[in-house]
Amino acid sequence: MQITLLAFDWFFLVEKLVLIIGIISVSLVIAMYETWAERKVAAFIQDRIGPNRAGPLGLFQPLADGMKLFMKEEIIPNTSNRMLFILGPCLAMMTAMMTSAVIPWGGTLDLFGRSIPLQITDINIGILYIFGVVSMGVYGIMIGGWASNNKFSLLAALRGASQVISYELPMGLSLIALLMLTGSLKMSVIVGQQLDGWYNVLWQPLGFFIFLVCAFAECNRTPFDLPEAENELNFGYHQEYSSMKLGFYLFAEYINMFISSVIMSTLFFGGYDIPFVNDAHLVESWGNWAVLLQGFCLFAKTAMFIFLFMWVRWTIPRFRYDQLMNLCWKRLIPLALANMIITAAIVLWLKK
Amino acid sequence: MQSLTSRAKQVDRRPMTFLERIYVWEIFKGMLITLKHFFKKKATISYPEQKREFSPVFRGLHVLNRDEQGRERCTACGLCAVACPAEAITMEAAERLPGEENLYREEKYAAKYEINMLRCIFCGLCEEACPKDAIYLSETFAPSNYQRKGLIYGKPDLLIPDPVTQPEEYKKALGNRANQKEKAN
Ligand code: SF4
Ligand code: SF4
Repeated sequence: MQITLLAFDWFFLVEKLVLIIGIISVSLVIAMYETWAERKVAAFIQDRIGPNRAGPLGLFQPLADGMKLFMKEEIIPNTSNRMLFILGPCLAMMTAMMTSAVIPWGGTLDLFGRSIPLQITDINIGILYIFGVVSMGVYGIMIGGWASNNKFSLLAALRGASQVISYELPMGLSLIALLMLTGSLKMSVIVGQQLDGWYNVLWQPLGFFIFLVCAFAECNRTPFDLPEAENELNFGYHQEYSSMKLGFYLFAEYINMFISSVIMSTLFFGGYDIPFVNDAHLVESWGNWAVLLQGFCLFAKTAMFIFLFMWVRWTIPRFRYDQLMNLCWKRLIPLALANMIITAAIVLWLKK
Repeated sequence: MQSLTSRAKQVDRRPMTFLERIYVWEIFKGMLITLKHFFKKKATISYPEQKREFSPVFRGLHVLNRDEQGRERCTACGLCAVACPAEAITMEAAERLPGEENLYREEKYAAKYEINMLRCIFCGLCEEACPKDAIYLSETFAPSNYQRKGLIYGKPDLLIPDPVTQPEEYKKALGNRANQKEKAN
């Protein structure tokens, strides 16, 4: 018995646990400060200065907001399905967090004579896993809207579900073109290729653009924020929610935004690659510091995308529902298909 | 039809051009506009630290005035209460007793003088009605309160500090407007 226990690599377990806890807390903190950044960006775009009372530059504002949400009364409407009502936000939160498992956050650290890759798991179907988990996010919205037992919530949930499912198609198609170039579904391989070569966005600008638009739609961000159209549907699918359950929904959204920004930087912008530098050399000479710098680079790229998300949100109004569906089925899908076919033809032609 | 303003614009009902139909270019133009605003000077005034300039005709909280020797000017004639369109002012008159000449300027004075700040509309008619220059509207806001009765201001709240014993506070309560008037004279 003891021997079998010892044979198991306990360090491996500890290492992965620490990594998981680290990544989850980092994403939570980033989601928290996204709310702060969102308000600041909104304020600056509207010629205001935004939250600046709680702490320096208003940096404690997210804490105050979280506190407020925790303190609020928890209301569960008595006509709703209690179990589903609670399950909704949990699912939304869970699916939002799960995607982070396959993303490579940096190179390989050398600690205590072990090499620790900064990736929770490097499965060979990385991208498929992400797609699977992301499409589960619909359940969070759908269950929440259904369990609220409220017409507006249900309508919003239906809108949300059909929107997310529709936009997954062009998203997948644009990725297929990318996968033809990389030849692997493994996230680490995709990043590895970009470390030495060019970023994928140079080979797939159209694919990247389609992916970007779909990411906006998947995150329910303006101009595709129809599930939470306040002026049409009161508040959207989380109308009946209060206190921290509402907080979870809002939080899940910000985590989604963070994760899809990370995915975009990983797939198209070289992931943790330090731009204009030969990473391999740097890792040799600087060791662990270079690896941390890589992680920082990934976060910088991500922050850029998050800013883009917010910038767009505070610039344009939302689409009408028919415009949304037309855009998806009549524009993006044919475009993505064409992109895929052209890529395939070129790849075949070059390989002969 | 004659247009009402010089800025009226005909609604453009032409079908969208190709560039507009792919949205992207238009969105990009919009984003440039918002980016410009990102670096613009902000319109916010951080209130308690920074205060907005009041206009010279601003009408804020009332002040009951004193003369140079620190005597109350009000003679409880009631003209302000009559002039008040909101019926916010009530007062009780009393006769000045011998020995009180240093407190009240006239032979009759207001023993009780109350303004209900919830009723007051800050029109300034009381100021105009007063024959004795005893009441005027200052440059302060009516502050908030938890109770209605806290917003009925009595004489202690309204009277200006004594210019003889507390000249600093008197100057401050007088406000910018009075100071400017002094400068102009
Ligand atoms: S400002 Fe107008 S409403 Fe207020 S007390 Fe004077 S007369 Fe009455
Ligand atoms: S404030 Fe002026 S108008 Fe009003 S009672 Fe006194 S003296 Fe008369």
